Amino acid sequence: MTQRPEVPGEAPDPMIPRFLTVARRSRESADVFTLELDTHGDVSAREGFAPGQFNMLYAFGVGEVPISMSGDPAARDRLVHTIRAVGPVSSALAAMKRGAEIGVRGPYGSAWPVAHAGGLDVVVIAGGIGLAPLRPAIYELLRTREQFGRVALLYGARSPGELLFRRELDAWRRLPELQVRVSVDRGDPEWSGEVGVVTQLLPKVAFDPVDTIALICGPEVMIRFTAMALEDLGVARERIFVSLERNMKCAVGTCGHCQFGPRFICKDGPVFHYAEVCASLGIREL
Amino acid sequence: MKTMAELLRAQAFVDGLEDDIVTLIAGCAKNVSFKPDEYIFREGEPCEQFYLIRHGTVALEMFSPGRGAFTFLTVKPGEILGASWLVPPYRWSYDARALEVTRAIAFECHCLRDKCEADHHVGYEMMKRFIPTLINRMRIARLQSADVYGDAKT
Repeated sequence: MTQRPEVPGEAPDPMIPRFLTVARRSRESADVFTLELDTHGDVSAREGFAPGQFNMLYAFGVGEVPISMSGDPAARDRLVHTIRAVGPVSSALAAMKRGAEIGVRGPYGSAWPVAHAGGLDVVVIAGGIGLAPLRPAIYELLRTREQFGRVALLYGARSPGELLFRRELDAWRRLPELQVRVSVDRGDPEWSGEVGVVTQLLPKVAFDPVDTIALICGPEVMIRFTAMALEDLGVARERIFVSLERNMKCAVGTCGHCQFGPRFICKDGPVFHYAEVCASLGIREL
Repeated sequence: MKTMAELLRAQAFVDGLEDDIVTLIAGCAKNVSFKPDEYIFREGEPCEQFYLIRHGTVALEMFSPGRGAFTFLTVKPGEILGASWLVPPYRWSYDARALEVTRAIAFECHCLRDKCEADHHVGYEMMKRFIPTLINRMRIARLQSADVYGDAKT
């Protein structure tokens, strides 16, 4: 079984946020924004993070939400988060302009096992905003590309207008060392790519199921169906990793808000072995 | 030049099918090709042929007034285009448009239905190849209608 890697340590007092300034804000789609936070002078942020980890971002006077890092782990001068404006806090964060101050706690949680996947084929499967928490892993995979067999990125979104990181996707598509397939649920007249669901893309990329590690992030329904499709192709359950989310408050395994059966998403996750959580994923009340 | 039966044998669609059945259904088939943006069929037209895509991509579209055409599925090489030939009234319920140069094997539906009717074993073999496609497309449609990406938040 592939082990989950050790991750950078937490801030000295995990409940006290640091103050970071928005250095850049860019729009990814109608309701998704990327904030780049300036980390100069912030020791914790400059210590880095592992792909898959998240921070608690505090919009002062509104509230705090967990947001995965979406930037390059090697770029220590900026901390990048991609946020979908769906509630009061994420909407407040998404509306932040350059120079605004945000409270940051973290990094927290487990990481994608990129460093432990050497010698294996890697299939990265993202759905919707799920590409954001996987992007740091993709950067790592590309940086250490020679360590892996075949690498594929499969990405599904609702519509062409909701695809994240379009320019980067186009650049990745041109890389011979990365197989990239993108599908949308519903096309538009300008879209000439695939239309359907992300699991349909699996037979269209080359990988050896017996020696493959799969990283999945997206809506839970998509995770369940994708993991099942991978198992049908012969990928071992122990080699499938998923990132889960639940309503979160403390982020350090104290408050219990993100309890998922016997586990806390914040402390034991958000990245789990699928084998650990597949039974819990079938329980509706969790 | 390859015969139609030989062309068919290169397709996963006929995997496991007895040779004489491949030869039999090849009698209902012909090669066709479509230019980019060419409509292969339109909603409401009688379904006289179904297609096995050999090369290219086909967009399955529906048109909604005020919103225009939208694609709900793309069909790729090795996949079947069209199942409306199986059940009356044998009519297409969507548009199919080639997105690029597309080559396919077209089966005459009358011809194939007659052969399935005459030999139910042939019909059963055809059903075994269409039902998984139909179930998979139903699964896809279910996921698409669930609009799962609308709920994700990070």
